Amino acid sequence: MSGGVDSATAAARAVEAGHDVTGVHLALSQNPQSYRTGARGCCTIEDARDARRAADVIGIPFYVWDMAERFKADVVDDFVAEYAAGRTPNPCLRCNEKIKFAAVLDRAMALGFDAVCTGHYARVDPLTGALRRAVDDGKDQSYVLAVLNTEQIAHAMFPLGDTPKSQVREEARRRGLLVADKPDSHDVCFIADGDTRGFLARQLGDAPGSIVDTEGTVLGEHDGAFGFTIGQRKGLRVDRPAPDGRPRYVLSIEPVTRTVTVGSASQLDVREISVERPVWTGRSAPAEPIECLVQLRAHGEIHPCRAWPDDGTLKISLLEPARGVAAGQAAVLYDGDTVLGSGTIASTAALAGSAA
Amino acid sequence: MLPEAIAAMTEELAQLGNPSSLHNAGRRARRVVEESREQIAEVFGARASEVIFTSGGTEADNLAVKGLFWARRSSDGRHNRVFTTATEHHAVLDSVRWLADSEGAVVDWLPVDPVGAIAPSVLEEALAPHAESAAVVSVMWANNEVGTIQAVDELAAVAHSFGVPFHSDAVQAAAQIPVDFAGSGVDALSVTAHKLGGPVGAGALILGRGVAPVPVLHGGGQERDIRSGTLDAPAIRAFAVAAVVTASRLEAEAARLSALRDDLIRQVLQAVPDAVLNGAAPGPGRLPGNAHFSFPGCEGDALLLLLDAKGIACSTGSACTAGVAEPSHVLLAMGASEPLARSSLRFSLGHTTTQSDVDAVGSVIGEAVSRARRAGSR
Repeated sequence: MSGGVDSATAAARAVEAGHDVTGVHLALSQNPQSYRTGARGCCTIEDARDARRAADVIGIPFYVWDMAERFKADVVDDFVAEYAAGRTPNPCLRCNEKIKFAAVLDRAMALGFDAVCTGHYARVDPLTGALRRAVDDGKDQSYVLAVLNTEQIAHAMFPLGDTPKSQVREEARRRGLLVADKPDSHDVCFIADGDTRGFLARQLGDAPGSIVDTEGTVLGEHDGAFGFTIGQRKGLRVDRPAPDGRPRYVLSIEPVTRTVTVGSASQLDVREISVERPVWTGRSAPAEPIECLVQLRAHGEIHPCRAWPDDGTLKISLLEPARGVAAGQAAVLYDGDTVLGSGTIASTAALAGSAA
Repeated sequence: MLPEAIAAMTEELAQLGNPSSLHNAGRRARRVVEESREQIAEVFGARASEVIFTSGGTEADNLAVKGLFWARRSSDGRHNRVFTTATEHHAVLDSVRWLADSEGAVVDWLPVDPVGAIAPSVLEEALAPHAESAAVVSVMWANNEVGTIQAVDELAAVAHSFGVPFHSDAVQAAAQIPVDFAGSGVDALSVTAHKLGGPVGAGALILGRGVAPVPVLHGGGQERDIRSGTLDAPAIRAFAVAAVVTASRLEAEAARLSALRDDLIRQVLQAVPDAVLNGAAPGPGRLPGNAHFSFPGCEGDALLLLLDAKGIACSTGSACTAGVAEPSHVLLAMGASEPLARSSLRFSLGHTTTQSDVDAVGSVIGEAVSRARRAGSR
């Protein structure tokens, strides 16, 4: 229970469904003040108090579990290392994979609990055990849960998946939960001021390098390649306009030479994606290429594709090119609204057959 | 709360009158307060004039530690050293740390032995080189976590041989063993009502008449100009009733609790042979109602959750502001490793504890420990 409206309502629903429910708030910072302040995030003393109060109202036991060390090692350090390697990680996904449905689930199972119930917006198909999108498109979180394997999903409960967020708030109000009007959390919970670039700079220090165009012409300098993400347009600090006057975008980030390459929008086009550490959800790896849909970032567009396993990795060929596909993000395969599997984007290419 | 204390408090809550008012209703309330003061003084071997009412043990500890430090330093600027142990309750510990951080105090942390006791010779050796700069000594009467009883009278005598005032936090001890202010020779003694079966929110600092700490709370000067704030006559009345009732049953209750506690220890060690009993051996050196164990390989908070679900309330020590269970500072000071300190649980027995409560722990502790071990330690 983060102290927000979703987990509180999920807990209340689980109780109503007849489960024996215990509320757990995760302490994710060894020094709570050092993470986010205010009511938006998931790591403050105020949030712990809100969660405790919600548990009181629902009438369930409540405990705080200290996951700070695991969170730092598996989520924060991984986040920093991924940026340092020129990729764009998704820490919420990593937290679900390593903390909520691993460390917390393992501990809960050992203590005699059967499942971890969260306020995520997603559904689990009762017949197949597959993960499905939530009915509320705008809130759907199946993308950040798709990293879970079949076993993890079998021990997960998402009671809010069938309800639009607006109704959840209404329901929370009706249940007397004071967090009903608490603002949604956005951004990265462990970056207190929302300044990801500043956070990375403090962690990684200055690592200056060049900003170049596709011909190798130096257009400017930067303090750290980690401040950039593929497809980024704003904040490039390039003085010279492009010859055609059109905006420039980050095309690639090379961490060793700390070179950031920029170019036109059309140069962002990607058709071929190579994905590492694929996870298949509610099914085994397909023997033949499958026609399906793929989502390449949280709340991103959905692209028709062909996907096939290839020597422990997964290859994806998009039917139409996608733009701004960043290594480190997840590629999640869907059949309609059902998650088939996912993996981490390792590399991309514009042309068929050239994804390295 | 003891039923006698609830009845006395309930009756007094319906009465009108501020004990500091001069009219008839005020005089009536004043009489209640003064009779209560006399009863409390008698229970703790003090004179009525030595009882300073406070809001509880935390305030009494703050007043004693900070107030005596300030008074001693203003009488002689060289007096800037505080002598205490790292096993004190946070009310003393954090007052001392605040004096160090904000008032320039130098703290001498007196080492305790593996059961949490401090030998008088240790205090003597610590004071000897600093006789001129010593401001105050504070050592608790009995430890609230592991139940170890200190040789307070001998420690006070050592402090006095160097001319240094001695404070003792007797909050935990007062409910379970005789606490004699005059007999012990201490200069300041903290007690609180709720540990005696009285209400939360009332307590006292018992202060020798020549001892004048600088106030922490300033205002009407109701208590000897040392403590300000309107006196809470109903709570003070209930405090006195609880103190008298508890004192009258002290010997019999100590024997009853010791027997229950010894049986609890036996049952726990039978179910979990590698559990470790922390603190002094059961007997005159340990509070009768305290049993404190480490369960190697467990997280204390996992055990607490499992026992809580079985209706057994126990304690892991302290929690931080966010609610995370922290390793006991008492065990760490006694030399335990952090994993061992994290694996610890305290069981407190009191006037409502029965044999069936002890048996309930005995019947579930084995399974709870195996489960908690499967859940692992960090």
